[in-house]
Amino acid sequence: MKPFEITEEPINPQDYADYVLHTGAGAVTLFTGHVREWTHGVRTVYLAYEAYVPMAEKKLAQIGAEMEAKWPGIRTAIAHRIGELHLSDIAVVIAVSSPHRSAAYEANEYAIERIKEIVPIWKKEIWEDGQEWQGAQKKYPDKGADAQ
Amino acid sequence: MIRVNYFARLRELAGKGGETLERDQMTVRELLDWAEETYPGFGKDDVQVAVNEEYALPEDLIRSGDECAFIPPVSGG
Repeated sequence: MKPFEITEEPINPQDYADYVLHTGAGAVTLFTGHVREWTHGVRTVYLAYEAYVPMAEKKLAQIGAEMEAKWPGIRTAIAHRIGELHLSDIAVVIAVSSPHRSAAYEANEYAIERIKEIVPIWKKEIWEDGQEWQGAQKKYPDKGADAQ
Repeated sequence: MIRVNYFARLRELAGKGGETLERDQMTVRELLDWAEETYPGFGKDDVQVAVNEEYALPEDLIRSGDECAFIPPVSGG
């Protein structure tokens, strides 16, 4: 595994928790995002994720760097799966360790919000009666910083 | 030569994952205009361009040898 990766394989969250754990850590938050069956009354059959892999991995690493600047002392690992995912499969894992719990909670939530803003990954919802690429983002984030 | 990559909705619209433009240089805005003209329904106002894996602004210059990608609204997570 790599600490910031796009993968086609099923995600084992423990790998990422193990990666961030060290003797200075008093807390590890492990977030997993899963494929949900019902969204606004529409039933998802499965999802297909696509990514611009090299840029996506670079942006995940950028998010990790942002987090470590905001919450000194944390360690982070993030992975996002691509390809066909079925109900309850893990799409994303975010592991954060910190000496104290508050930073681990806050930084973990920050990561998922940033992933949804700047990482070139796309989700296609496949329903019983159709399919559609999802997406909504701000146009043109500031170069480099991607608009904080 | 400028390389462009398509993803998600745009890949399906273009019917390919990417192509090469025989151009020495152009701005990001010119590239988006070209895409809109070439692929009706492209929706350039909602598409960002990455140049060499970094988000670029409309006035940024793309040069021969650069690798570009059209980034429709992202939806990871």
